[in-house]
Parts: sequence; C-alpha cells; structure tokens
Amino acid sequence: MFLLALWIMAGKVKWVTDIEKSVLINNFEKRGWVQVTENEDWNFYWMSVQTIRNVFSVETGYRLSDDQIVNHFPNHYELTRKDLMVKNIKRYRKELEKEGSPLAEKDENGKYLYLDFVPVTYMLPADYNLFVEEFRKSPSSTWIMKPCGKAQGKGIFLINKLSQIKKWSRDSKTSSFVTQSTKEAYVISLYINNPLLIGGRKFDLRLYVLVSTYRPLRCYMYKLGFCRFCTVKYTPSTSELDNMFVHLTNVAIQKHGEDYNHIHGGKWTVSNLRLYLESTRGKEVTSKLFDEIHWIIVQSLKAVAPVMNNDKHCFECYGYDIIIDDKLKPWLIEVNASPSLTSSTANDRILKYNLINDTLNIAVPNGEIPDCKWNKSPPKEVLGNYEILYDEELAQGDGADRELRSRQGQSLGPKGGRSRDSGRTVLTTWK
Amino acid sequence: MRGKATTSLRPLPAPAPPPPPPPPRLFFFFFSFFFLFFPPRQRNAGAGPLGGRGGSREERTDGPAVAWQRPLRQRRRQERAERRPRAGAPSRPVPAARRARAGAMLQEESDLSLVIAQIVQKLKGSTLYAQLERQAWGSWEKRILKSLNSMCTELSIPLARKRPVGEQKELLNKWNEMGTDEPDLSLFRPVYAPKDFLEVLINLRNPNYENGDSLSFRTHLGLIQVPLKVKDIPELKEFFVELGLTTGQLGIDDSTQVPPELFENEHVRIGQKVLAEQDSAAAQQYIRQGSPTALRAELWALILNISSQPEDILYYEQLKTNVIQHDLLVDSLIYKDVKLTASNDDYYFVFEDYLYQVLLCFSRDTSVLGHFAYNSASPPKSYIRGKLGLEEYAVFYPPNGVIPFHGFSMYVAPLCFLYHEPSKLYQIFREMYVRFFFRLHSISSHPSGIVSLCLLFETLLQTYLPQLFYHLREIGAQPLRISFKWMVRAFSGYLATDQLLLLWDRILGYNSLEILAVLAAAVFAFRAVNLMEVTSLAAAEAVLADLSTLKVMPLLQIFLFATVT
Repeated sequence: MFLLALWIMAGKVKWVTDIEKSVLINNFEKRGWVQVTENEDWNFYWMSVQTIRNVFSVETGYRLSDDQIVNHFPNHYELTRKDLMVKNIKRYRKELEKEGSPLAEKDENGKYLYLDFVPVTYMLPADYNLFVEEFRKSPSSTWIMKPCGKAQGKGIFLINKLSQIKKWSRDSKTSSFVTQSTKEAYVISLYINNPLLIGGRKFDLRLYVLVSTYRPLRCYMYKLGFCRFCTVKYTPSTSELDNMFVHLTNVAIQKHGEDYNHIHGGKWTVSNLRLYLESTRGKEVTSKLFDEIHWIIVQSLKAVAPVMNNDKHCFECYGYDIIIDDKLKPWLIEVNASPSLTSSTANDRILKYNLINDTLNIAVPNGEIPDCKWNKSPPKEVLGNYEILYDEELAQGDGADRELRSRQGQSLGPKGGRSRDSGRTVLTTWK
Repeated sequence: MRGKATTSLRPLPAPAPPPPPPPPRLFFFFFSFFFLFFPPRQRNAGAGPLGGRGGSREERTDGPAVAWQRPLRQRRRQERAERRPRAGAPSRPVPAARRARAGAMLQEESDLSLVIAQIVQKLKGSTLYAQLERQAWGSWEKRILKSLNSMCTELSIPLARKRPVGEQKELLNKWNEMGTDEPDLSLFRPVYAPKDFLEVLINLRNPNYENGDSLSFRTHLGLIQVPLKVKDIPELKEFFVELGLTTGQLGIDDSTQVPPELFENEHVRIGQKVLAEQDSAAAQQYIRQGSPTALRAELWALILNISSQPEDILYYEQLKTNVIQHDLLVDSLIYKDVKLTASNDDYYFVFEDYLYQVLLCFSRDTSVLGHFAYNSASPPKSYIRGKLGLEEYAVFYPPNGVIPFHGFSMYVAPLCFLYHEPSKLYQIFREMYVRFFFRLHSISSHPSGIVSLCLLFETLLQTYLPQLFYHLREIGAQPLRISFKWMVRAFSGYLATDQLLLLWDRILGYNSLEILAVLAAAVFAFRAVNLMEVTSLAAAEAVLADLSTLKVMPLLQIFLFATVT
C-alpha cells in the first residue's frame, strides 16, 4: 500500500517556491503537484531572482538535472537591469549597422528609423560627461533618474537642472558622495514628457512575454495585458516634477494616493485601450501602434539573445513596461524579471491566475515531470491566452507558413486583430 | 456677494442664450420657505387607484437608500404582506385569485366604482390614455420633488446660489479635474433609483379596464398591467429584418475566424462611402448592420445631425460659464451619482472628469426643455415664497427640467469612448437624450417608452419561454425585477463596452429602443437552463449578475431568428 502510494506520488511533479503567492500555489495544487522543499528532489522551482543567482553562482551553484525546470534564465539581468538592457540594445544596433542591415537604417537626423524605441539613456556615474553634453543641447528638457537594481518605482526621481544630480558628477570634490554613488548605479533617461493621455491621465502598458528559449528565439505574448493609470491628472509643469502620483504609474506607488480606487485599481484592459484608440484615432494608426509594440519586444529579445545563457532548464515570463507618447509611438521603459503576482483587484487576481496557468501549460507540457531535452514546441491548443509572438525556427521556414500564421494569430484587442511575426522579410510590408 | 444664501431675495442664474422663460428678475428661496411646486392637474374623480406604494425593502438589493422611502416604511410592510402569496397556499392562476380577493374585499364598493368608471369613460372618452399618463406621472413627479425638497431642507442647502468670485476662479482652474477634491457628499442621496421607478410602473392601471370581465387581453402574468400594444416575434422579425441570419453583421461576421473578405472589408468600404456622401438616412440604414469602430464616431454624429459649428462650441462655453457662476443643488446629486457609478466602473473610471463637464452643463441647458413638447412629463418649476402659482415668478428647476437619478451618468459614459472633445461629446449626449434616453424614465404609451419595453419583455418571455417565466414567478423572482435596471440604463454598465456600442448602433439604426427589451429576453433565454435550477430571487440575480462576457448580436439573432416559436 505504501509502495503503491509512493509509486503514484513518484509520477507527480514536485514543486518548490520561495514566492508565497496564491495565484502560484493554487495553480500548482490544481495540477495535483506535490510540494517539497528545495533540499529534496524537486522538478519545478518558481524562484525569486536572489535564488536563481545562487543556483547559478560559482560558489553556491549546483547542476540541475534533466527533470528540473526553473523560471528564470541565469543571466536574465542582461535584459531586466535597466543599464544592461540599454547597453545590449545599443550594442545590437551598432552590430546591425556594421552589417549594413536595413533594420539599422537612420533618418537625416541620425535617429534610427526602426530601432529607436528606448529613450536616450546614460549610465551614471560612468557616462556623466556624455550626459552633460546631451543635457546642454536641450537645457529645458526633463530627465528621469532610476536606480539600476530596484523595482516598484523605488528611488526614482525627475530632474531638470544639472545641480540636482551633482553627486553623480565625477568631478565632485566630496569624496563621500562619490563612494556612495559608485555603490548604487543609476541610469538617467530623457523623460517622455508628452505621454498619451486618456481622461487627462498618464498611463503605461504592462505586457507579459514568455520566453521558452533564446536560441532559437521562441517567445509568446499574453493577450490580456493591462494599462496602469495614474490617479492624478498629468501635468508637465515643473512645479509638479516631484509629485510621483503624476508621473509614476507603478501600482506600488499609486495605491497610496488619495484617489486610489480598489474596485478597478486604476487598470484598463488592453482591449479597452484598443477600442478607445480605434474609435478616436482610427484603425490604421492603432494597428500600426500595436504592430510596433510587438516589434520592439521582439527586437529587445533579439538584442540580448546572443549574450543570454540559453540554459535548457529555464524559461522566463517577463513583465514589459511600455509607454505610448502623444504621437502614438511606443517606448520601451523596462523589462521585469519578476512581474508582480500580487492581485490588486478581483479581476487582477483572475488575470494573474490565468497567466500562471497558461505559462505552466507551455513550460511544463501536460503537467508531467519535465524533460529538458524536449523541443520546447508546444501544440497550439495549450497556448491559452498566449499567442506566438516570434518563433525563429518557423520564421526561418518558408514564407507561406508565416502568411498563414499571421491570419490565425489573435492579437490584443476586443475582437482580435491580426498578429504579426516580425521576421526580416516581413519588415518591408510592415514599413 | 457673500457665498451663503441669505433670506434676502437674490437673482437666480440666468439661463443660456436661447430666450429663457419669463421674468427679468428671478428669485430663489431659502430652505424652509422654499419648495418645488408642480402645476396643478385636472382631478379625475373616480379614477382608479394610482400612485406607487413604495418599493418593498427586501427587494432593493442594490442602490442606495432613497430619501423619501423612509417615512413610507410602515405602509410598505403592510402592503407587502398583502401582496405576497401566502406560503404554502396551493398555487392557482393569479387572475382568479385576484378576482376572488377583489370581490371579497370590495363587494360593496364595486358597484360604485363601476358606475364612476362608466361616468368617467363617458366624460373623457379617448383621451383616457393621456390622462393615465398624466395621473401616474403627476404623482410620481410629486414624490421626486418632495424628496428633493426634503433633502434641501435637511441639509440646509439652497436649490441654487451664485458663487463668490473666488470660488468661481477655483472651479475654472480645476474644470478639467473635478473628480478630485469633491465636497462632502455623504449626506446626499440619489433622488430615486430605478427600483423605485419600477414600483410606480407596476402600479399603473388602466382605470377603464377591469380584470374580471371577458379578457380581450391575454392573461398577463407579469408585473406590468397596462394593455399596450407590443410587437410579437413575427412582427419583430420583420422590423429587425437586417439582423437576420442571412445578412452580415458586425458583432458576428467580423470575428477572427471569419476571413474579412467575406463581409467586413466590403462593409467598411460602404461605411466610408456613406460618410463621404454625408447621407444621414443612408447612414441610419447602414448602421443596422453595425458600425466599424473607426467610423462609429462620425456615423453617429451624422445620424444625430451633429456637426460642430462654431456656434455649438460657443453654446457649450456659455453653459460652462453658467456652471462656473452658479451652483445648483442638482450638481451635488450629479457628483454623487458619478462617484457611485462611473468612478467604480472598470471601463469608464478613466472618463470621470468628462462626465462632470457634460452633466453639469447639461443641467443648465434650457434648450433641453424643448423635448417636453413630446414627452408626457413636464419640468418642475420653482416659485418664490409667497408667490406660489404666479407664473411671472416661476422658473424651471433644474434649468433643463431633468432631475438626475441613480445611474444617470451611465448614459454619458460609453460616449466617452468615441468623443474626447467636450463640446462634441456634450452635443452627442444631449441629442441621444432628447431622442431616446428620456423615454427610459418617463411614463408614456410610446412603443419605445419604458412601459412598453417592460411589457414587450414580459410578453416575449411569457409567450416563448413560458416554463421559465412561470418558474421564476413561482419562486418570487419576477423577471422584470431583474431586467428592469438593464433596460432603464440601456444596458450601460452591464455589457462590455464594445458590445454596448454595437447595441446602441442598432438603437440609432432602427430609431427605437425596442431592441433593449428583445435583448433582455434573449439574455434570459440564453441562461434559461441555469435559471430553471434556482429557487430564490437572490439566486436568479446571481445567475444574471455578470453580463460582461455576453456577445450581443449572436444572442439577438438566435432569439429572433433561430428559435423555434
């Protein structure tokens, strides 16, 4: 009897997590998986970013066996740290330019036509002088300072005068400031002070992207992203530069605002956004906007793919933050390795539960004990609310295949627009 | 000028440019001496019992407590006890029971009432329906005004006052964000909620019609007891012929499984052509098959004959000035309503500030008074103390004659998805109101009036889903009690926005609100299996609580054209 029980249990996936969130745990339990501790034999570990660092570190790391899967890539920070992301994208652009690729085409002002999706950014203190040069070109501009390794809007502030960031100046005489700042690296980006406003308020987009492998690149976009609205009306006025309720859309910040509403949580579905834009701006510009959003996500993944440790035990679900400006141009703000799984409203809980559910269906096929050697190509039926964003293998197949796929794909939107696989040859029609 | 109202007489807000009613100097009054008065009606001797008795408390499962209900609590309990069928009593057909009860209780009086009714009929003849409307509406209006008055008295707030200059400047500065820093609204309550209105409708009777005699009108088991003519399914099929199975529809034939070459592309092309021609009648015909999202804003403007001329924008600015200069009690009601409904809505919270901008101006727009020419209601008036009844000292209150009720702001909210320019948004809403929405909260015999819609809904359900209807009645869940709130709001706030807009496309296309009743019946048909299992009103409400996943057009099509009748 005992052996029978043991045998039955042996077939079940053993899971560990150090993120105690109900949307995760409920999903594990619904599959009949068995919870174990990290010291035991586990099959699936939903880790925090600290843990993944330990697992793959030189001192404390250990090898994962073939039936073990984790939810982060070892060096995900190449994409998810603000400074490294920008560095990788800049490198990628330079490489394309060197190759003479049409993607790296520039306009008469020297701006990339297709790859200009990250606001001008500098690392501090390393690029301080470069930044000062740029700042002096347009002295009335606003810049946003972000600590590289933090999340949830912590430590972010806006500046419009050089004096406000004196301590990052290499030439600063006060040594104590210098030592302090070298510990904490910052990026400074040109602030997008003309965001698209709806109802007079600034918002950003949170989109979920699942990457199962980087080489070949295979990524999926979750159809049900959402917009996060500020509770306070937007104003670019300099007197409100330090009012974070106006400028930062993170829920962690907004929920402390006076007007925060717990019923809707200041969130809109992406399909609402699409309906609003189509109704007020027209269908073509809206489709173009969403195509561009898909494009920049794929390009950002392609930029880090060469440096990413494509460990076969890994998959990752990223939270992409995108801001749309008033000319309907999307900007990539950052990528999060551990998008929040806290639910701020009832709808939020349902959304995140389904997100994890669909993620697990793709990453752990059939809910059975995983085998890392599988080809990571799930059948279409298990995608749920995900749709294929880019599949390098398929894209390098014949063009006819791609045409068919772009018809079937269901993009973000109330009735679903048409998805787009952004391969190189599709670029010309997309242009 | 001081900000507070004083006992001295003060000039009232002057209405907008179009020539206002009477006097050069308008007065308003202080709380205890002030009340809204309703022009006297012709009394109908011996007309049948009218006037609502107030809603029963247990049936009000949502919506805030309404001001005037409280004093009526005692009466209501008693009436509820009378009306409810006794538990355990053997079920029998209602008309017989009603007949028996009526006969037992009114044996002596029945002869008298019959005589009076006959006299009345002889005297009044064919204008009976008109009177029915006026009577019912009269007492309902009185109640609303009483409620408004009592709120005024309790809170010691004047109905209208001029704002001091400082306050005007402040309001002008925050015109675009009135949603923040609102005043303390905790003491305000909506004047009435749809549920209260339903009780009034339920108690409408045709005084000339007696249940006891030969029934020319089929036994009606629903709540509405007024025998108005409503369409049946064959007539609806003819009326809504463009929704048929063989005609392409947006909302069905534009889903991702259907290649756009089959219908959608061509439909969009035709729509663009209609817009290029600026042909309003063609637009109305076209939109019966639904409007593409990108063309909808322009098509609606074309059908409603709205074009943004400079004078329209100027008119709106003038209204805005009125809002800045004068403060009305009704404003607080509007604030409260927006905060209770739209601000908490997943789809519409973003547009909260637009709603204030539209509704505050709307309440000051005297051109809306024009619609009372074809509305059986009449706008309330206010009089100066001591000058009651003297027309020279009368003015309409609120200036547009429309007192907002709980949920009123939801008429505007969906339009914010289409128009982001306030004066255009305002014009579209105003036109939608005076063409369609006013019918949803006034008593009339018009086929698009709420009474007819309720009757149409109940008749459809009773005729084509008799088992479901009877079952729901038996468990004390009269279907109309659930669907009424959907219809009064034209489904705003209940459906997903894209579906709602497809529905409102058809309202514009057919120039009729009957589709609301048909949709309500279709929803019940769709959830019939689950509804047959429930055993209480609360459970039935729960089954029908969430309509946000419904697809409107397939439901309508199946109900009208694919159900075996």
